[in-house]
Amino acid sequence: MGYVPVKGGTQAIEASIKRLKFERLKGKEIIEINTIMSTMRAMVDQVMSESSLYSPYLAALAIKQAEGSMEEAVFLMRAHRSTLPRPYYSQTVESETMFVERRISASFKDIPGGQLLGATYDYTHRLLDFDLIKENTEDNMQWLQNYQEELQNIEKLDELMYFPKVVDYLREEGLFEKHEANNTPPIDITKQSLQFPTTRSERLQVLTRGQTGAVTSLGYASLRGYGQVHPTVGEVRVGAVPIYVEHPNEMEQSKEEEFYIGEITVTEVESFVPTKVKNENNEYELEFEIGYGICYGQNETKAIAMSILDQCLEHTESDFPTHDEEFVLLHIDSVESTGFISHLKLPHYVTFQSKLDSMRQVKKGVQKIES
Amino acid sequence: MKAKTHFAFFDEGSKKEIRRAIMKAVAIPGYQVPFASREMPIARGWGTGGLQITLSIIGKADVLKVIDQGADESVNAVNIKKLVQETTGVELTDQTEDADIIQSRHRIPEVALTKEQIIVLQVPEPEPLRKVEAREYMTKRMHSEDDYSGVWLMLFEQIMKYGKTATAADHPVYVNHRYVMAPSPIPRFDNAKMHQSEALILLGAGREKKIYAVPPYTNVESLAFEDYPFTVESFEGEHCHLCGSTAIFLDELIDHQTGKTIYQCNDTSHCMDQLNKKEKAEVQTSYA
Repeated sequence: MGYVPVKGGTQAIEASIKRLKFERLKGKEIIEINTIMSTMRAMVDQVMSESSLYSPYLAALAIKQAEGSMEEAVFLMRAHRSTLPRPYYSQTVESETMFVERRISASFKDIPGGQLLGATYDYTHRLLDFDLIKENTEDNMQWLQNYQEELQNIEKLDELMYFPKVVDYLREEGLFEKHEANNTPPIDITKQSLQFPTTRSERLQVLTRGQTGAVTSLGYASLRGYGQVHPTVGEVRVGAVPIYVEHPNEMEQSKEEEFYIGEITVTEVESFVPTKVKNENNEYELEFEIGYGICYGQNETKAIAMSILDQCLEHTESDFPTHDEEFVLLHIDSVESTGFISHLKLPHYVTFQSKLDSMRQVKKGVQKIES
Repeated sequence: MKAKTHFAFFDEGSKKEIRRAIMKAVAIPGYQVPFASREMPIARGWGTGGLQITLSIIGKADVLKVIDQGADESVNAVNIKKLVQETTGVELTDQTEDADIIQSRHRIPEVALTKEQIIVLQVPEPEPLRKVEAREYMTKRMHSEDDYSGVWLMLFEQIMKYGKTATAADHPVYVNHRYVMAPSPIPRFDNAKMHQSEALILLGAGREKKIYAVPPYTNVESLAFEDYPFTVESFEGEHCHLCGSTAIFLDELIDHQTGKTIYQCNDTSHCMDQLNKKEKAEVQTSYA
């Protein structure tokens, strides 16, 4: 047979998949799931966040399988997610119940409860640490032991302390409006596709599962000038929150009978954004509004950027693209954007032939007019 | 921790959800039904809309054919087939006539389909008005208000600029005299195959989360003006260099030996069929 460009696809694919496996194995090293879970915390967190599936174990497996490619790992997790039935929705989480590991405010130095730096890269010098090249277990164990000993000498509180929200303090001062709690059940965007205009519950879901880079870029664009939101970070907190579900078939529900199913670590951000509002006398007044950001794991940049975009999308009257919900919400999903970009690698023989034909016909027509 | 996947990948709840969207789409020909598109084990933009439809309607006794831009052996078609077969165990075929479900990217087979068959088309951009209006909120409104002036104007502007309509694949169609629909990027050559089709046509856009349909025996007309009628890709005077077929959609190739342009059936299964028929005829006559 003559030249058939697309024959033999089956064998070619098999060979390609084999080659891929070879690339992963050829170094003859094996990375354990546990190693990934305990040494690549930030990556595991990011994969869980972008894939909307909270499972450090599966995220680590995905990272291993994807050879560390973020988009691939998220993709694997999302596809796995499609096979899981969803029997329950959790109860609303009150983030005041967070077991706080880190909590800072850029608005007030002296917040009730105090600033708690926790673990962060923020104050490290970004110098390559060449000592890590010859890191060994023995030294590490020694370090850990010393650290534990140091902690012994610190004075402890007898009771578990919960941190109040910074914004509560400002609400009491009348700087923030007190809103009624909106208890409308959220729309599940994985069960129902987005319809415009969206509700806030839909927007927050899309933003929290957005690709970290995309959310950060758009948040930055808004902050830099392509948007009208200039926030101050009221509070960033990182920590574990407990998750409860209702009894599935008990008619009468009470808080005591809810089931605790585990805890998840999240980063939560409340940004304070001054906005102009009209008062009763039709005069403009400044008031603070809250931009809200939250994501799985510790990913503060993403959560802060999300809080900016949340506030942007609350103000659709502005002409900037960062205030346009279709522009923001339809383009930040990792699986969607990487999928459609990569589909350009598929053959387009028919469509291109059709385009060629169209151009040739047009050219023919033009020549006729000239002659 | 190792889990076996369910029949046809999805849990039954998801399948039902997708089937419900399909039913609605069939009931309103050409209307884009939103659905909660699932993430699939193949990439968005690689046929996940079609794949979700196929997986939600396929049964154990069905025979499946998958084509990509006309070819059964194209890498992506092979990949999709493999996934469906691994999760369902259904029989696969290259023969258009033998298939119950045909999932296709950007082609409708040359052989006329029957009422026993369903063709599932993969759609990258389901919105025929997207070139006219970027916002989904607005395009949805335009459809509901039967406001298609934008898309007519687009064709008119092409005539003003180029002397003729200059659409390539995905030339918009009117379905059942009501909805303007993107037929998916099939060549204009294939548009006529949708009109009064005996087979049910289902279209799935995974990334854009829409399902729509052309039920059997539905009118499908390509948008055109009386004085500028709809035209299809022209292969006048050309034929397939392998099987000699004419009046089919051809791929343009370059003969490596002579450097000349040659043509070949785009529908590889049709080409094989023609070649086999020819060979059979030759064998028969030589024995006679």
